[in-house]
Amino acid sequence: MIDPIITARGVDIFYDTNQAIFDVDLDILPNKVTAFIGPSGCGKSTFLRAINRMNDLIPICRVTGEMKIAGQDIYDPAVDVVALRAQVGMVFQKPNPFPKSIFENVAYGLKIHKITESKTELQDRVEWSLRSAGLWAEVADRLDQPGNSLSGGQQQRLCIARAIAVKPKVILMDEPCSALDPIATAVVEELIDNLRKDYTIVIVTHSMQQAARVSQRTAFFHLGTLVEFGDTKSIFTNPADERTQNYITGRIG
Amino acid sequence: MIDLTKKAGFGLASRHRAEQRFQWAGRSAIAISLMFLAIMVGSIAITASGTLRQSQIAVQVDLSAENVDPADPASASYGRLIKSGLRDMFPDVTSRRDKKALYNLVSPEGSFEVARKVAKNPELLGGVQTLWLTASDDLDLYLRGKIDITLPEKQRQISDAEVVWIDSLQANDQLRRIANWNFLTGGDSREPEIAGILSALVGSFYSLAVCFALSFPIGIGAAIYLEEFAPANRLSDLIEVNINNLAAVPSIVFGLLGLAIFLGYMGLPRSSPLVGGMVLALMTLPTIIIAARAALRSVPPSFKEGALALGASPVQAVFHHVFPVAMPGMLTGAIIGMAQALGETAPLLMIGMVAFIVDIPDSILEPATALPVQIFLWADSPERAFTEKTAAAIIVLLIFLISMNLIAILLRRKLETRF
Repeated sequence: MIDPIITARGVDIFYDTNQAIFDVDLDILPNKVTAFIGPSGCGKSTFLRAINRMNDLIPICRVTGEMKIAGQDIYDPAVDVVALRAQVGMVFQKPNPFPKSIFENVAYGLKIHKITESKTELQDRVEWSLRSAGLWAEVADRLDQPGNSLSGGQQQRLCIARAIAVKPKVILMDEPCSALDPIATAVVEELIDNLRKDYTIVIVTHSMQQAARVSQRTAFFHLGTLVEFGDTKSIFTNPADERTQNYITGRIG
Repeated sequence: MIDLTKKAGFGLASRHRAEQRFQWAGRSAIAISLMFLAIMVGSIAITASGTLRQSQIAVQVDLSAENVDPADPASASYGRLIKSGLRDMFPDVTSRRDKKALYNLVSPEGSFEVARKVAKNPELLGGVQTLWLTASDDLDLYLRGKIDITLPEKQRQISDAEVVWIDSLQANDQLRRIANWNFLTGGDSREPEIAGILSALVGSFYSLAVCFALSFPIGIGAAIYLEEFAPANRLSDLIEVNINNLAAVPSIVFGLLGLAIFLGYMGLPRSSPLVGGMVLALMTLPTIIIAARAALRSVPPSFKEGALALGASPVQAVFHHVFPVAMPGMLTGAIIGMAQALGETAPLLMIGMVAFIVDIPDSILEPATALPVQIFLWADSPERAFTEKTAAAIIVLLIFLISMNLIAILLRRKLETRF
C-alpha cells in the first residue's frame, strides 16, 4: 500500500454562508494522475484550489476540516503559504503566461525562490523545464520573444514548464485543455502522462474522455459532495453510485 | 428566387439612411471642434506675433569723464544722459510738457540698459556713443501700425508731436526692429516693452517638479495599496468615497488649505514654488490615484494568480507582474493631473504666487509666479502692449504643456514596448 501524499478529512468549504463543499474525505496517491469530474458548479475547482490555498485570494472563502500534504496540515497558521505553493504548483484553465519573454516566464519561479545559483544553472534549468514540457524544440531559437506570441497550446505548455521549473511535488491543473483545440489537447495529455513519473497530478476536467485517457484515479463530485472515488477504470466501467452512472452516460450534467 | 442586391424590405433603406446620418453628424462634430481650435490658436498666435520683435531707438549718449566717473561707472545718472541726448536730437523741443513726452520715447529701462552696456564694455566710456536702446511700447505699437492716427489726438496713446518725432527718427534710420529675445530671457516688468516670461516659466517648472515629485509616488503608492492589498471593509469604502469626492473639490479650496497649513501653521516661505507645488500636489493626488487604480484594475487578474500559484509573495506578484503592465496607464493619469496643475491659477493666488516677480527664481524657496498667474496679471494690465504679451504667454504655456505631454507619451511608449 502506497502512502497518500494528500489527505483530506471532513473538508467543508464555504463562500460566506453558502457551503460549496460538504464533508469531503479524499486520499491522493503520489505519482498518479487523479481526475476530478462532475457537472458545472459541483465544487471540483473549489476543492482543487483549496489544495494550494488559492482560495485565500477570495476573502469570503472559508475552509474547515483537515487538509494534509505529506503529513502537514496546510491550514495550520504556522504554514507559510509561499512555501506551500512552491511545493504545489498550478496550471490554470486559460493559459496565462506573464507579459514577459519565454525565458523570463520559466525563470520567474526560479528567481523568486532563489533556486539556482549561477546564470548558467538558471539557463540549464529553464532548458530542462521547457524540454520536460515538450516545448524546447519549438521555442529554443526564440526564448527572448514574448510568451503570449505563442499559440494557445504552446502557451499552456509554457505554463506547465513554468510550474515544473521549481520542481513541485504536486501539480494542480484546472481544466488545462478547455481552451485548446483537439491537437493541442492531445499534446498536453501526452505531456501529463509523461510528467506522472516525477509529479503527482490532480486535474479537473469537464471531458470524461480526457479523464478516462489521462487519469489513474477519478473522483466524481456532485452538488458539493464527493460521490464516488476510485480507480478510473472501475469508475467508468462499473460505477457504484447511480449518480455517477447517470453522469458518465450523459444523463445528468 | 433570392435577390441579395434589392434594397427594399428589412427596412434596409431607412437603416442605411440612419447610418449615413450618424456618420455625417460625427464628421461635422469633429469639423466644428477643429474649426474652433484653429480659430482659438490662430487668433492667439496672430496677437502674440507682435511680441516676436521689439523696437529700438538710437540715442547719442555722452559718456565722457565729466558725466561718468570712470572709477565708478555704476554711480552715474544715465537717465539724465539719455534725456540730454534726446534733447540734442530735437533741439526745437522746449516746453516742459513736450520734453517729458520726448523722454517717453525711450523705455524707462533705458538707463539700466546703458549701465549694463557700460559694465560689459568699459571702453565705451570717454566719449559720445550711439547706443541702441529699447523704445517705449507706444512707439513700438505705432511703428507696427497698431495705433490709428486718424482718431482725434485725445483718443490715442501718442500725440501729433510724437508722430512727427517718430517719423523723423525713422527717416534718419534711428529706429530699428530686432528679435525680442528679452521676452524669453527676462522677468516681469511694469513696462510691457521689457516684460519677459522667464520668471513665470521657471516658477511653473519648479512648482510642477515639486508637484510631480510629491503626487506621483504618493498617488501610485496609495493606489497600489488600496487596489491590491487593502482589506475590503467599511474604512476602505470610506476612503474610496472621499478620494472620489476630493477629485471634484474646487481647486481654490486646496489653496485655502495650503494657506492655512503650509503658510500659517508650518511657516513655509510665501509665494514659493515649494508651497505652490505642494498645493498642486494635493489637488493632483485624487486624479492620479483614481487613474492609477483604474489602470491596476485593467490588468488581467490571471497574471497575479499565476505568480501567486508559483509561490510569489503578494508584494512580488504585484510589483513584478501587475505594476509594470499598469505603468503606462498610471503615467496617462499623471499626465492629465500635471496638465491640470500647470493650468491652475486659483490655488496659487491663495498662497501668494500672484506676486510681481522681476527676478528669475533660483530655487524652490524663492518667491515666484506661475505661467497662468502671469497671463492673468498681464491680461489685467491697462497698457495695450500687454495684450500681445498675454497672447505670447499663452503660447508659451501651450508649448510647455505640449512638450510635457510629449515627454510622457514617449516614456509611455518606451514602457509599453517591453511586451
